[in-house]
Amino acid sequence: MTRRQIHLAAHFPGVNNTTVWTDPSAGSQIDFSSFEYFARTAERGFFDYLFLAEGLRLREHRGQLHDLDVAGRPNTLAILTALAAVTEHIGLVGTLNTTFNEPYELARQLGTLDLLSNGRAGWNAVTSADAFHGANFRRGGYLDHADRYVRASEFAALSKALWSSWRDDAIVADAETGAFLRDDAIARVRHESRLFDVDAVFDVPRSPQGRPVIVQAGDSPDGRDFATDHADVIFSLHTEFADAQQFYRDVKGRLAARGRDEDSLKILPAATFVLGDTAEEARERSREIALAQVRPQTAITYLEQIWNRDLSGYDPEGPLPDVEPDTGVETAQGFAGRHAAIRARVGQLREQAAAENLSIRELVIRLTAKHTFVGTPEHVASEIDRYVQERATDGFTVVGHVTPHGLDAFTDRVVPLLQERGSYRRSYDEGATLHDLLGLPPVDASPAADAALAPIPAASR
Amino acid sequence: MPDRIHLAVALDGAGWHPAAWRETTARPTELTSPAYWRALARTADGAGLLLATIEDALSLGGRSFEPDAETRRDRARGRLDAVLLASFLAPVTRRLGLVPTATTAHPEPFHLATGLQTLDHASRGRAGVRLVAGSTPQERANFGRRADGPTGLPASGRVEDDPALLAAFREAGEVAEVIRRLADSWEDDAIVRDLALGKFLDRERVHNVDFEGEFFSITGASIVPRSPQGQPLITALAHQSVPYRFAAEHADLVFVTPTDAGAVEGILDELASGEREEPLRVFADLLVLVEETRTGAAAVWNRLQDRAPLTTDARVVVGTADDVVEEIRALAAQGVDGVRLRPARLPADLDAIADRVVPRAAAAGILLPDDGAPTLRERVGLPRLASRYARQEVGA
Repeated sequence: MTRRQIHLAAHFPGVNNTTVWTDPSAGSQIDFSSFEYFARTAERGFFDYLFLAEGLRLREHRGQLHDLDVAGRPNTLAILTALAAVTEHIGLVGTLNTTFNEPYELARQLGTLDLLSNGRAGWNAVTSADAFHGANFRRGGYLDHADRYVRASEFAALSKALWSSWRDDAIVADAETGAFLRDDAIARVRHESRLFDVDAVFDVPRSPQGRPVIVQAGDSPDGRDFATDHADVIFSLHTEFADAQQFYRDVKGRLAARGRDEDSLKILPAATFVLGDTAEEARERSREIALAQVRPQTAITYLEQIWNRDLSGYDPEGPLPDVEPDTGVETAQGFAGRHAAIRARVGQLREQAAAENLSIRELVIRLTAKHTFVGTPEHVASEIDRYVQERATDGFTVVGHVTPHGLDAFTDRVVPLLQERGSYRRSYDEGATLHDLLGLPPVDASPAADAALAPIPAASR
Repeated sequence: MPDRIHLAVALDGAGWHPAAWRETTARPTELTSPAYWRALARTADGAGLLLATIEDALSLGGRSFEPDAETRRDRARGRLDAVLLASFLAPVTRRLGLVPTATTAHPEPFHLATGLQTLDHASRGRAGVRLVAGSTPQERANFGRRADGPTGLPASGRVEDDPALLAAFREAGEVAEVIRRLADSWEDDAIVRDLALGKFLDRERVHNVDFEGEFFSITGASIVPRSPQGQPLITALAHQSVPYRFAAEHADLVFVTPTDAGAVEGILDELASGEREEPLRVFADLLVLVEETRTGAAAVWNRLQDRAPLTTDARVVVGTADDVVEEIRALAAQGVDGVRLRPARLPADLDAIADRVVPRAAAAGILLPDDGAPTLRERVGLPRLASRYARQEVGA
């Protein structure tokens, strides 16, 4: 019997405390050479795609820029399109917000990336809508929380309609007759609703994969509905085996009702890893990395974001603050109106710290620096394979902790073992699109219903 | 000693003539393919041209002079987002300035600004942009976000006679302003990686732009650290008073369309009004069709014109490479800083520019040689500006 095939995405290290900039080997987070190196490494490791998160505003902490973690990153679409020029096979997937973009423009930008990469583009559709991020955009934080997924869902449907509005064979370019487009080349796309009033003729031809792959990362019931309606991949946070298996069953179980095949939606949770020649060495390295990821200041800052007050007087190696959180004012990070949630969260943390006798720093390590896979390459490879064979995931979104070399060890030491197990590709197929790499069903041929174009003027024949 | 100037090229689809895609040298089925654009950019880069602009618009018909542009099937159609296309071309070119067109009425200024900064990082200091004011009815229908906007030039032909067009230029000015402010928002040395203090960033050297305009506001700093060039090269195409004023206030470089060399002086006078810290670079546009002989060029031109008569704002030169060089020499003598060539056919006329026009112009001593300046701004003789926020501190 053929083994289930593992799908891997490579997450470029982000602007948070997972990325260790204090490591002596840490390079630039913004020079193009770092992105090029990372992309080439992922391609050497036959990953399905490179994944890049999006920046809408620099992180702030208590009204000031957050200065402890890596900060500063490129525009998602521009850097992915530049990477299309220096890679041949790997998918290029970026997070792009449905609130602070308009469908026509985002669809043509993703369509551009898809054409220039020969069908390797993907879009992680996210929905944040708060006033803090909105302050950098034309309409501000205009959208009610409840409307986030309404807009996202309509946005995705409208984008798909635009991407399928050109026939695959729209361009005939007949020099003799003067017809560049065939007469039913492009369908007009209309969408009228409470949130959109679009009457569009799209200007980007169809890509080799029909449309970009759509990724979804939200975990709410609305998010899961969006995923089963629109997504090809879910970037989840369910990495503990039993939890992952339950999530997998839940989501895949919803697909049949939508007329979708189980393999048409891939689940690739985020996973960190630490390798060692022995299990003991890997554990020691994991501990060192966790301490670098959660420095004493990081731990205090993390709690200050939850408590919403100055905790600088507390010892990071000591017990949790005995003061209550300040829920009285709106914070920049979108906690407004969620007083009860904050209190509940603090109570939960106190319980955890008491039960396991954890200091502030140890608690924050548990929360933010618990590495998914720690061990020898053999151990990590067998674990990844087990998750996939036993239907807990379809693979993982691998997150390295150092820019740009964070993927080297995984590529050099784990990938060959996955290949030996017969669960992972040994080469890319020539001309494969991202849909092909992910084993997704082909996108339906373009319908092109009502033609938007006029007959060719007689004068030009 | 003759006046020496820069040469630039304007890239658009199958070329600037609407019938160009029907020529046997054209590659009409590849106009949105990576191979096509890679080849064009490499030709321009290899020829030593200063920069390439890339046309764009947010509708199928674009900003055409043809009233039925949206629906006709006999024009080359299908386009790529120009800022992204420029990003794609960055790693495959070495010296060429990359100047995509961006409309200012619809895109988010924050995304546009960070896209240009990223282009500057990816090209290591070769990013520019050509800003276009206003929107068309079809663009507005495509977006569905705003119903208001210009419907075309007013009957007088003067921008100042249409309040909607005037507003569009004010909005374009705001976009130019935030592109510059966001580019300045990180000082050059904002990333400190201070192990002793545990700080990656010196937050005192990253500044919120706090821009409040008539059309939009932007509070935060850029997400992108300062790029090699500092600010991208901002350019505009201008034909009359209001756009000239826009260019003089907001651009580093302006493309103009003198009907002949004699018209240059009047344009330069109009552009010179107003005060600037740095000079405004002025490039004259020429639409060129180049063949080995004048007879050959005229034959191609007649064939193209029979199929689809060209309407254009630029002076047209149909002839040999020497004819084009003479036109360039005449413009140089009138004091422009450069000439932007719009190839009637792509790739044919770009190849002719690279193979024949550039070498002959160089031999005639009218081309500025590449002085090896590290960035596009510096190559056109503009300084790399310090962040405005850093300057404020020094002055305080």
